[in-house]
Order: sequence, then structure tokens, then C-alpha cells
Amino acid sequence: MRTLTHLEHLEAESIHILREAVAESDRPVMLYSVGKDSSVMLHLAMKAFYPSKPPFPLLHVDTTWKFRAMYEFRDRTAHDLGVDLLVHQNPECVERGINPFSHGSAVHTDMWKTEGLKQALDLYGFDTAFGGARRDEERSRAKERVFSIRSPQHRWDPKQQRPELWNLYNVRHNQGETLRVFPLSNWTELDVWLYIHREQIPIVPLYFAAARPVVERDGTLIMVDDDRMPLAPGEVPERRSVRFRTLGCYPLTGAIDSEADTLTGIIQEMLLTTSSERQGRIIDHDSSGSMEKKKVEGYF
Amino acid sequence: MAHAVDETLATDIEAYLTRHERKTMLRFITCGSVDDGKSTLIGRLLYDSKLVFEDHLASLEADSKKVGTQGGDLDFALLVDGLAAEREQGITIDVAYRFFSTDGRKFVVADTPGHEQYTRNMVTGASTASLAVILVDARKGVLTQTRRHSFLVSLLGIRHIVLAVNKLDLVGFSQSVFEGIEADYRAFAAEIGLHDIAAIPLSALRGDNVTTPSANTPWYGGPTLIEHLETVPVDEASGADAFRMPVQWVNRPDLDFRGVSGQIAGGSVRPGDPVKVLPAGRSSTVARLVTADGDLDEAVQGQSVTVTLADDVDVSRGDVLAAAAAAPSVADQFEAHVVWMSDHEMLPGRPYLLKLGTRTVGATLAQPKYKVNVNTLEHVAAKVLTLNEIGVCNVNLDRPVPFDPYRDNREMGGFILIDRFTNATVAAGLLHFALRRSDNVHWQAIEVHKGAHAELKGQRPCVIWFTGLSGAGKSTIANIVERKLHERGRHTYLLDGDNVRHGLSRDLGFTDADRVENIRRVAEVAGLMVDAGLIVLASFISPFRAERQLARDRVEDGEFVEVYVDTPLAVAEARDPKGLYGKARRGELVNFTGIDSPYEEPEDPEVHVDAARLSAEEAADRVIEHLRRSGVIG
Repeated sequence: MRTLTHLEHLEAESIHILREAVAESDRPVMLYSVGKDSSVMLHLAMKAFYPSKPPFPLLHVDTTWKFRAMYEFRDRTAHDLGVDLLVHQNPECVERGINPFSHGSAVHTDMWKTEGLKQALDLYGFDTAFGGARRDEERSRAKERVFSIRSPQHRWDPKQQRPELWNLYNVRHNQGETLRVFPLSNWTELDVWLYIHREQIPIVPLYFAAARPVVERDGTLIMVDDDRMPLAPGEVPERRSVRFRTLGCYPLTGAIDSEADTLTGIIQEMLLTTSSERQGRIIDHDSSGSMEKKKVEGYF
Repeated sequence: MAHAVDETLATDIEAYLTRHERKTMLRFITCGSVDDGKSTLIGRLLYDSKLVFEDHLASLEADSKKVGTQGGDLDFALLVDGLAAEREQGITIDVAYRFFSTDGRKFVVADTPGHEQYTRNMVTGASTASLAVILVDARKGVLTQTRRHSFLVSLLGIRHIVLAVNKLDLVGFSQSVFEGIEADYRAFAAEIGLHDIAAIPLSALRGDNVTTPSANTPWYGGPTLIEHLETVPVDEASGADAFRMPVQWVNRPDLDFRGVSGQIAGGSVRPGDPVKVLPAGRSSTVARLVTADGDLDEAVQGQSVTVTLADDVDVSRGDVLAAAAAAPSVADQFEAHVVWMSDHEMLPGRPYLLKLGTRTVGATLAQPKYKVNVNTLEHVAAKVLTLNEIGVCNVNLDRPVPFDPYRDNREMGGFILIDRFTNATVAAGLLHFALRRSDNVHWQAIEVHKGAHAELKGQRPCVIWFTGLSGAGKSTIANIVERKLHERGRHTYLLDGDNVRHGLSRDLGFTDADRVENIRRVAEVAGLMVDAGLIVLASFISPFRAERQLARDRVEDGEFVEVYVDTPLAVAEARDPKGLYGKARRGELVNFTGIDSPYEEPEDPEVHVDAARLSAEEAADRVIEHLRRSGVIG
């Protein structure tokens, strides 16, 4: 009998997880962040339920501060694949104009993303939400379950985690509790890129190098994506060939100098460099253990 | 991220990617305590595979200077050892998964801490592993814990063992020490059925024989740890295994397509293969193997596919699609190993949910035949199982399920137990065989059936179940209700503690396990009386939701009326008609409900009487009123 490759193993496992969650939950939804992990997760969902469409909508918890290229990609992807897309913007943030410049990255992320996500789940009554998080991303995630239960207040109680054996997932939950399900738990960043390459999965062009207007702040290259970005006196955006290793809100996402403008080129560059993926995200640098804290509070 | 950098990466990226896209995958577990150097070994594997990022490395260097145990040298244990931080943050210390890869293989390492909750965590980590690295400190040799780890590994069906004899640098890289430990271990391992053993002399701290052969062990001609992990066969299954696919989901996008989706749990399948749908046993033939990338000629164990069948047979989630010529057995009573994983002890007779494959059914466990002392492997008598205990029990299901013995097929023989009220996963189990009784017990064909009994009495039989604290007034109210029913010419019988505890349950005490068994007996007797056409009144504290649910499940829908006699503890205690609360408060009675044993309030009773406000007569009227509204009495 033939042996499966590791990508075939990972694909089959993720499909199993997606189907298991859908079969046993009332109202599933897929959190769609427009990044490469979301692209892979969506691709797996298209496969898992083929020839049916995925029996759940996508939910983008928007901050209004994503790169313009991400919005274009998001809308085109939903249209091309024929899947439902829900977009939620925390109305309180819209009203108060919460932004990373005057409110700081911590408040910005908490209000738009953490609170926004909770609002959206409550608003639509979703009981199961798929997320693209991977165990290799960050130390606190190494112990995260594939099916993670949250209280009716969306809190994560590390003491109440259920043991997960074999491929048997306990999807049962009490009224009001919700599940976060991570189909990519056992994928690494390299696996994600290899799979994108093997399957030719479309990703946001920002991952590829191009000449873009950037300013350098505290050693981080920030792209000036629109005119909402306040420039310091004398600060002039310069056009540099840059790309992004990870995507988020543009004022909070650092670019790197790069000439890699093909998929194989960026994989090669990634493998030859040795700084970890989340380093480009300013959220993790706020305080030590900050991811852990955000998770307890309900951040995905 | 986890990858080893090599030369072709820079020169021929396409060749590099092609090679990496063809890698296989091995999942393994590491067993040993912190003292054996387990964290150091995993840290070393990650570090030597060049998968430690620059920023992680920077913090490793800083941490090594600050809290390391290696005098400022890199302390690899810090790469994986989040334990101090975990304790501070109150996180359960359990299984962590680490990833690394080489040119030939991707590895998933289940890392379990060596002390707290050991059995539960190791069993969880081992359930998905096909190889175990068992660490032994060269200075200490094979210890009790080595035996414990090996037993659990063997129980969970792991066949490949690496005996990593670590810290060899501390015994002068002595060949005789290594060989002595290897011989000890092989002798012990053979007793528990472990035969495929590779012993490797190591120093995880210094790197000897981890990724590169050591000059310190010229007498050792075997592979390094990494070489061995890269080449050990990953296929647990052989081509001879019969096809199995638990059905996850019925795929029906439109009226023209009907497929069944699942992950193949054994063997392989091709279009044209005859299959059976179990447990019903219907036969059909595989028409297509559908995937988004086109139809397949063959699908093998581990793949997730959608199968269409040639006939329009009834298939739903929870069924198993299996090779027609070698279909699994179907049964509802088994012997199984059960690993208890909950703080609440296992109670014989309590109804749990059992998930096996994609099927979830009701299950009860009999009193354990024995439990296993994991240190000595002795069999010990047991009435219940508590956290981290392993026992052998009979399992009874409320419906038959298709299964294979665990040793033949993990996915067809491994199950979890779920608490029906908290929904927590409370145990894992391994099915061994179906009990003969399951095939031989046939219901006696009864000609005078239940309906006939009821018809003759001219009434609708049911169970009226009174629950509440001791002294709440249950029996008083039940007596009045029975009198009123009797006056209306109804055939009734009242079961209560007095007439049950002196006979039917004379052998039982008041531990949780005995309470569960008592209620199981009462529920069964009440059920038989309902079959006989009677209206049964049962008056029992019955403190646990699970057992009241069991009594409810014993009869048909609409035949169970739960009456919650709700009296605050203070009121019941003040009444104390039998002087029991006084005794309990003085410590003369233990396990007394409300004092040192819990009462779980009904969530949705048919009748809820506020017994502190209503008189017994008024409360009884509420019950009668409910019976009238629900049509039990006219």
C-alpha cells in the first residue's frame, strides 16, 4: 500500500477536522483574515465538502485598517469561489474612530479584533468558529487543542481543556458555550508554503516583492497604504522593493526588503532567513506573554 | 517553522521543493522526566535541525544566562520548557506538540511532562504516535517509571521503541553500562509485548549520537537518533488490512449527487469494490471515489474522500463503510481497557456517552474487573476508577456499533467517554472483544405486551419520580399523590427508600458508586412496573442528574414525570424528621446529601414544587394537575 506524503497527511487530517465540526455543530462559521493561512484553510474547506460548497459562511472581522490589496483580494476570492462572506466592523470603533495611531496598537487590536469577534459571534449566533492558527506559531499555542471550548463570555479556560485522543474530537458543548476549531493545528509555516506551491493557491499580492511607499519607524518598515497615515515632520515615504511575511493592519505590519516576486522566490527567501514569522507583527511585542493574555480574553 | 537548510535550497529551489513535497511524516512521543534530559533532547533536535529562529535564539541565549543550568552555555531545555511560565499563568500542564523536519521526513513530537497527570497526558500523546522514545538516565538504568512508560506505550499500540540511554557522558561513555541497560530493558519489554527496540547511546546535552555520530562511542555501530527516526517504517497498516471508513457526513449538493464523506481508517478501496454499510449490514458497490482534484482509482488509509455507491442504500453519519468480505463485528457489549481522565470518579452504572469513530451512543460501565497498578503491572481489585487509573471493565451500549479490536485497528477500537451533563471528556478506552452474551441474549418474545397490560387496567402507565433533599417532603407528597390516584381507581405502586433499601438494595451503602447502583436498580424496577401497566411513584433523593436521566431513558417519551420537591437546605435541616442532618453535622454520617455530598438540581423538571411555601396537599395537587394536563389521568 502506498505511503502518504506529509502534505497528504496534513490535508486529510484538516479535512477530517472540518467535516467533524460541521457534522456536529449547529451554526459553524470560518474566520477569514485574508492571510495565507486563511487562504489554505479556505482551500481545504472547498475540498472537504466538494462537490458541495462549504456549508458555512466566511466571517471577516474587519478593522478598516487592512491593506487595500487585502480588501480587493477578499472580495474577489469570495466572488470567485461562490462562498458567502460576512464582514463585521465593531460599530463602537467606527463611531469613536479607533485607530492604531491615536489609540495605540493594544487598544486598537482589542477593540476591533477581540471585541469585534465576540460581537459578531453573538450577533449571528455561531456556535463553532474555524480559525487558521497553528501550534508552531508561538509557544503558548503548542498546547492548544484542535477543538477549544470557550465560555458564553468567550473566555478560554486553560484548566478546562479536554484531552484529545486519536482523531476523536468531543464537539459537545453546553448552551451558550462556543467552540474554536483549528484545522491547521499541525501545520508549520513551511508546510503552508509547500502546500500553496503544490496546490497553486492564490494569495494576496502583498506577499510578493514590489516597489511600495514605506517609512522606517523604530527599525520597522511601514507601508503608507493610504492618506490616513500621519507622517512625522520631514518624514517622506520612499519607494522600496519590499514584501510582507505576515499581513494585518497596515500601520501595525512591518515589511521586509526583498526582491522575491515569485512563489518559489519567497519560499527560498523564507528558508534562508531565520527570523520568526510573528516578529513582523507589532501585537506580540506589547508585553511578554501578551498572546497568552489575549487568548484568555477571547482573541482568536 | 522547522526545516533544515541545505545547499540545493540556494541553488535549485524547484528541486528542493519537489523533494520536500514528497516527505513522509512520523509522529512520536518522548517519555521520561525532566531529570532524564527529555526537554534537553527535544530542544537539541529542534536546534540541530536548524529550526530555531534568530529571535528565539536570542531569547534562548538571554534566558540561558539568566536562568539556565549550563553555566551560561545554551540550555536547550529552555526552548521547550515553558513549565515555570505555565505554572505562573495557571495553565494545565499537559501535552505540547513540537514540529521539526529533515530532508526526508516531517516529525510531530508529543511532549508530555514527566510528573503531574502523567497517565492521562501520556495516553493522550501516545494515541496518535507510532513510535516512542523512552529516555533512561545511564546512571540510573531501567527504573519503575521506565516500566510505567513502556506499559502505557504498549497499551496504546505503539510498536516501535527507541531506548535512548542518555547522559552517557556522565558514565564515561561506558559500553558495558549501555549494554547492561539495553539487556535489562529488552528482557522487561518482551514481557509486555514490545519487540521492535532500537537502543541508542546518547548525550542530549553534548549532542552525541543525536544528529551526528559520536567519536566518544566508537563501539557503537548503529544509527544516530535522527537517522533512525528518518528511516523507521511509518506504515503501521499493512496492505492486508480490510477497508474501513467511518461515515462523517452525507454530501448532497443536489438531487443528482449523493456521496458519503469520511477518512479511511483501514485498508484501501477502489471503484467496483463490494462494501457493506454497518451496523445495518446492507450491501452495495463503490461507484466513484470523488475528490475536488478528480476521481481516484484507489484511496488508502489516512485519506479523506467522498464515496458514491452504486445502489441507493440508506447511509448516515456514524455508519461504517467496510469491505464486504471482511466486515467488522457489530456488538453492544464489550470488554475494554478504560483510562480514567476526570477528577470525578467513574461510577459503574452511570450513563455516559461513548464516541467511537463517528458514532456517539449511550454507554454504561460495569464495576471494573480489576485496575492495573502502572508501576508494578499488578491487577488490583477496584469498585470504581479515579483520575489516572486504568482498569478493565465491561461496557454496555444502548445500540450496537461496528468495531474492530483496538490492537487490529486503533480508529475502529479506540473510544472516548463523555459526561452527559458537563460534556467533558472523562475517559479513553480500548475495545478488546465483544462479550459472547451480546450474541446470545435474545429478548423473550412476549405475547401479552405492554400495551395489553395497560389496556386491561384502563390507564396510561408512567413513572412519577420525586427528587429532592432528605427531609424535603418527597415521601409525604408521594403518599398523598398515590392516595389521590388510588381514589380515582388507578393502579399504582410506591417505591421509596424504605422498601428498597431493606431488600432490593440491601447490599449497598451510600458512596457515590452505591447511590448510582441503587438508582439503577430502582429505575429498572420502575421500568418493569411500567411495562406491567402500573403508575409508579418513586421517591428518592437521587442527587445526580445522570441517574435521573437513566431512569427517564428506561421508559418511553412521555412516560416519565420528574417532580422536583424544592426545599432549601436550611428548611429541610430544621425539619430533620429522622435526625439525620444532626448526625451528619456531627460527622456520624458521611456522604450525606447537602452536607458533604452534592445535590444536582433538576434543570427542567416536569413539575417544580416550592415545598417551603406549599403544603404537602397543595404540592400533591400540582402533581395531579400535571398528570391531568398531560393526559395520564382523565
